[in-house]
Formats: sequence, C-alpha cells, structure tokens
Amino acid sequence: MGEPILLIDGLTRRFGGVVAVSSVTLSVKKGEIVGLIGPNGAGKTTLVNLITGFVPKTAGRVVFEGADITQLASHQIARRGVARTFQIVQPFSEMTVLENVMAGALFAGQRSSIKNAVDRARYYLEFVGLDRFAQFPAADLSLANRKRLELAKSLAMEPRLLFLDEVNAGLNSGELKHALELIHKIAETGVTIVMIEHLLRFVVSVVHRLVVLHHGAMLSDGAPADVLQDPAVIKAYLGTKFAQRHKAELESQRLKYQEQVQQSS
Amino acid sequence: MPRRTTELLRGGALIVVATAVVLFGFGANNYQLQAGTTLAMAVVLCLAWNIVGGYMGYPSFGTAAFFGLGAYAGGIAQTYGLPMGLAWAAAALVGAVFAIVLGAILLRLRGHYFAIGTIAVVEVMREIANNWDALTGGAIGLSLPILAGSPRFAGIFFYLAMWALALLALLLTVAVARSKFGFGLRCIRQNEDAASMVGVDVFKFKVAAFVTSGIVIALAGAIYASMVGFIEPKDAFNILLSIEVPVMVMLGAAGTVLGPVIGAIVYVVLRELVWVNFINFHSAILGVIIVAVIYFIPKGLLREFSLTRWRKWTAPPAPAGQG
Repeated sequence: MGEPILLIDGLTRRFGGVVAVSSVTLSVKKGEIVGLIGPNGAGKTTLVNLITGFVPKTAGRVVFEGADITQLASHQIARRGVARTFQIVQPFSEMTVLENVMAGALFAGQRSSIKNAVDRARYYLEFVGLDRFAQFPAADLSLANRKRLELAKSLAMEPRLLFLDEVNAGLNSGELKHALELIHKIAETGVTIVMIEHLLRFVVSVVHRLVVLHHGAMLSDGAPADVLQDPAVIKAYLGTKFAQRHKAELESQRLKYQEQVQQSS
Repeated sequence: MPRRTTELLRGGALIVVATAVVLFGFGANNYQLQAGTTLAMAVVLCLAWNIVGGYMGYPSFGTAAFFGLGAYAGGIAQTYGLPMGLAWAAAALVGAVFAIVLGAILLRLRGHYFAIGTIAVVEVMREIANNWDALTGGAIGLSLPILAGSPRFAGIFFYLAMWALALLALLLTVAVARSKFGFGLRCIRQNEDAASMVGVDVFKFKVAAFVTSGIVIALAGAIYASMVGFIEPKDAFNILLSIEVPVMVMLGAAGTVLGPVIGAIVYVVLRELVWVNFINFHSAILGVIIVAVIYFIPKGLLREFSLTRWRKWTAPPAPAGQG
C-alpha cells in the first residue's frame, strides 16, 4: 500500500435541480479495500458511474494512476484498467457463461485473440467457482451465480481498480461467506477494491477504510471503527440502535481480550 | 469431429455449391438466369442486413436506402462515362461515406426509434431522387449504357457478378462471426452498457458494422442498375425491399452465417411459386406467410431445426445445485 491509484477532486453531478453527487473529493491508495456506504439515494452508484464514465460529470476531476481520465469514455476507462460490476447484474443473456467472461478478456486488456480469451475466461470462471456452468446460457444462472459471473467478467478484464456495486446483495449467509473469501482472494492479487455495500457487518470485516456518502456529499472517511463511532454517521445512516450494539460488541471484545491477556500473564 | 475436418468439409461444400451455381448459369434459360440472379441478390442483401440486424441487433429498414443509393451512384457514374467496374467501386465508396454520416446520426437511436429513423431515410432518399432532375433524371428515371455483347452474355455476366458478390458477402459474414468484431457486435445486441463496461468501443463498432453492411448493399444496387439498364426512384428506393430482407433473414435465422442464405432461398422460391400460381392475390398470400414466420418461427428455420437443438433435447440434465 502506498501511492494513490485513484484521485477524485470535487466530483459533482446534477440531475436537473437534484445534486446526486456533490463535490466529492477522495483518494484511494494502491492495494486498499475501501467500503462505500450510505443510505439509499446517497449517490454511491452515481459516484461509481461518474468515475467509470457511464454518466457525464457536471464538474470535477478524476485521476487514475497519474493520468487524467475525467473526459474519457467508459470503454476507454475500462481499457485502462478500471472495471466495475453493476448493482443490477448485466449479463449478456443470450451468451454462455464462458462467452460472458470472454467478453471481459477480449476487449479490455492487452490485444488478445479469441483463443487467448477462452483460456483466460476459463481461469477466472474457476477462480469464482463457476467453471462447471461454463457452457450454460448466462440467463439460466441463479442470482448468486449471476453475481459471481459479473465478478468473473470484470476480473477477466484484469483491472487494477475494481468497483463492486452491491455484489453481495440478496445472497444467503453461506453464499456471503464464499463471497468474502473471493474478495480477499482478489485483494491478494493486488487489485484495489472499492465496494458499495449495505451489509455493514460484511463490509467491516473486509475493508481497510470506510467512506460514507449522504445526500451526495462525503459525510465521513476513515478507519471502519472510527467511522462507525462518528456521530454524524450514526445520525444519518446507522441509527443509534446499531451504534449502541456495535459499541457494546466492541466493548465485550475488548473485555474478552483483556481477560485473555490477564489469564495468560 | 475434429475442428480441422469440419473446416475442410465446409470449404469443400462451398466449392461444390459454387461450382454448381456457375455451371447452372451456363446451362440455364433466360427465365432461370433471371430467377437465379434475383436469388443471388436476395442472398447478398440478407447477408449484408444480417450484420446490422442480426449480429448487432439493430432493426434496420434502411436496405432500400443503400440499395437505391448504390443504384443511382453507379448509374450516374456510368452515364458520365465511367467504365462499369469503376462505377461499381464508386457506388461502394458512396455507400461507405453515406453509412458513416447516417450511422453517426441514426446509431444514437435504439430499437423502434432506430427502425423508424431508417424508414424515414428511405422516404427522404426517394424524394431527393424524384426531385433532383439534373442529376437523377427525376421521376422519369435514368437510362444506363447497355453492356456490349449479346443479351445472353449479359445475362450470364450479371448472374455471375451477383453470385460473386454473394460469395464475398458470405466470406465477410464468416469473418465477422469469428472475429473479435463480431463478438463485440453480439455483446452490443444484448446489452450496450455492459459491452462498454468490458471495453467495447460501442459507437465505433456500430458505425463499422453499418458501413460494412452499407457497402455490400450499395454494390448490389449498382450491379442491379447496370443489369436492368434503367432505374427510377420508386423502383430503386422501394420500401418493400426494406421489409422483405429482414423477413427473409428472420425466416432463416438472424445472427447466424447460414440463416440469411437459407431464408433468402426459401422465401424467394416461395415467392416465385406463389406468384406463378396465384398471380391475382400473391401479395396477400405472401403477407400471410410473413405473419406466419414471425408468429411460428421467430428464431428462424436454422435454429428451429439445428443440430444444437437436437443435442439440447438429448443432453444430460444440468449439474445439480448452484451453490
């Protein structure tokens, strides 16, 4: 972890009179896992859409690996090494699972042939555990598997920065555990990850840092433990109940730890 | 079957069919030659439409616009004294430029809006041809220099020229189907946002497909103009052509290599049979056939009776559990 891979400066988007994202300034370090949280309509997805070029920016600047990508089109940003998953999964539904992942391998990275794309697609299908569905139509997959497919597709682009937009929403606890392992595995390969997530317990167990958006503006940014204690965050998003419960949990963990220390001494 | 053997078989089949087509041309009577040329033209137009309408999934009704443009571009070039071959090349060039300009505007529209836009283009083009008397001869039409030699020689010549273009269109389709370009077009057909997310330059791909298709259709128009020797706006920019071509492709199977060929053959043969036997109300019968095609075989004959479908029926059940 060291130099910043992504810098966002004063990023703003207005839809008519509504300011969806309001002057957000943020920097993400290489190798970091950042959690992006906030209430519904806080502008999390819009922020990702702005960075990846899916929505035109009203104002502000985006710098990726030292190069200004503010004005680039979405496919150009993708080719530079920024991948994303969509909150509402967007498979190529007439294609097979394998072909879906091939699409990621074919166009984003270095110039690759179809043959090479097949090999890489197989690799990433295995990585996410979908290899046995390779020849299935993408439309036939279950939701959990479609989310994994979305992940495999973006991994096949071999990105250096990956945005995960609620890849875990709608998963059951077993699937969540698997998803958690996957994200750790991806992070180990050196990919920087920014994840939008509503499942707070899940986020806290993965991320190095939490960023909270509220009404399109940045509310808080820091280590998960600090952010979750931030009164502004509690008021806007968490609610006092969660904060108290979380505090109690931390307290009991601390006590348990102290006991252990005392016992061992 | 190993891939290489399949390839060899396909190549062999193509050579056999091509030889048969050429031999037929030399042995055929005038009616058969004309029918054969009409069929070749249908195959060309279907294969060209299939790139945009099939692989890319943009429902274009602009076939007549490119066809008429090619016919007029080639025709006008010939009346100005350009040799036929060069006139055809000029028509291809005009078709390409027109496709770039038109594509840059129309390809921003999707679905029905794109379809309506392309219909409007055909109407506008016909009105221009109707009214620009100095260049197009207006509603009176345009007469082209007649090919030297006997009518029989001309018949065989244009028959072969149209089939050569059909072969070119087929090879082009194979190239598209197997390339990254074709893969990108299929991605675009299914989901443009997702396509651009994986790095497909959606707009460039769409324009490139439109241009490829436009060149081939314009060439068909130019060959047609040289063949018939006389073109007029309502004939060159005939909206019926714009409708028949997608119907033929859908009949065969859109977005496949052989679907457009099969569709063109089945439709042209049907049309010919209906026309010969029910001359009074053949268009009504054709209309019923069109509705039946859309209703009963929306995916096309090729998919309806394909090997893969057969394999799907006989395939073992899906692996259990998706966890």
